[in-house]
Amino acid sequence: MRYIRSSLIVAAVWLLLSGHYTALILSFGAVSSLIVIWFMWRMDRVDEQLGVLPMRPRVLYYLLWLMWQVVLSNIDLVRRIWDPTLPIRPTWQRLDIKVTSSLAKTLYANSITLTPGTLTTDVREDHFMVHSLSPDGIEDLRKGGMEEQIQRLGI
Amino acid sequence: MTVILEWLSGLCLLLGGVLCITGGVGMLRMPDFFSRVHASGVTETLAAPMLLSGLLLQMELSLDSVKVIMILILVLATNPTATHSMAKATLHGGQRPQEFANGKNIGGDGSSKP
Amino acid sequence: MLDAAIVAILVTMFLVLIRTFLGPTEYDRMLAANSFGTKTVLLIALGGHALSWNSFLDVALLYALVNFVGTIAVMRFFEYSNTSEERDDPGTEA
Repeated sequence: MRYIRSSLIVAAVWLLLSGHYTALILSFGAVSSLIVIWFMWRMDRVDEQLGVLPMRPRVLYYLLWLMWQVVLSNIDLVRRIWDPTLPIRPTWQRLDIKVTSSLAKTLYANSITLTPGTLTTDVREDHFMVHSLSPDGIEDLRKGGMEEQIQRLGI
Repeated sequence: MTVILEWLSGLCLLLGGVLCITGGVGMLRMPDFFSRVHASGVTETLAAPMLLSGLLLQMELSLDSVKVIMILILVLATNPTATHSMAKATLHGGQRPQEFANGKNIGGDGSSKP
Repeated sequence: MLDAAIVAILVTMFLVLIRTFLGPTEYDRMLAANSFGTKTVLLIALGGHALSWNSFLDVALLYALVNFVGTIAVMRFFEYSNTSEERDDPGTEA
């Protein structure tokens, strides 16, 4: 079942990227899609878990919210960079986390890194190590707005 | 309608260019590796989407628009992974984040535990 | 406006290149090189449109992929080619 869905996605990406629709080229596409699926099947011996973000409306809402957070922290960072006194105060601290599933942890760590001004350097069982350009950044994360959003996704 | 699109695309491109230069200046001004990572994040997370959406608004709708969106998703999806791998390699290499105030090194390794 | 954006990207590439030459550590250079790669992707995408090339977006897409894989590969190399005394530092093992 998973392979059928993946092969459909791979074929759709191939069709979008190619743009040539003659019989010969299409058969090349089919062959390359099958090779990719074969690689996937072989990789399952290494790691059965395939963390796929389900495309629910809530997830899309989270991604939009994340983009807005990115814009906000970008504005803050641009102000800091152009300020002649360079008002930064980098800290490197431990951030305790409440999310447990590996997919939620991955999403949380990547969201922290994607937001400029904070950077996940290490992911452990129950905490992250987060480097932040100013103590405010890590305080905002401790308040847990982003974590609550991820917990509400139910992944 | 086309005039509005043109203005919107111009605005996106202008903002993207300014953000791009900001990231470059930040990379020169920041005092140590870990703070430079944040500066490079500006160019990759907001400047790239701005420039690419400006480009998207200028092109006529076709397969190429899908490719622009794919580049956008690829840049946004791979940036955190690359950044994380760089930070991890740097920590492995024995470098520690330094503590700075107003651009001056005030000693300490920045790893203040709460 | 497209031309202005291209000039901005070129200026940024120059700034990032200065950081690549200044260093001071190899990690700084690699960060700058990665940033330079992202700028190249943007430059190909915008410049190709400005000069109306064919299929420039495929090149940009491929460059983004190669840039990512290259950064990961070089960083793995740095990570596992350090001397053992530095690797024993507490708090760094994953």
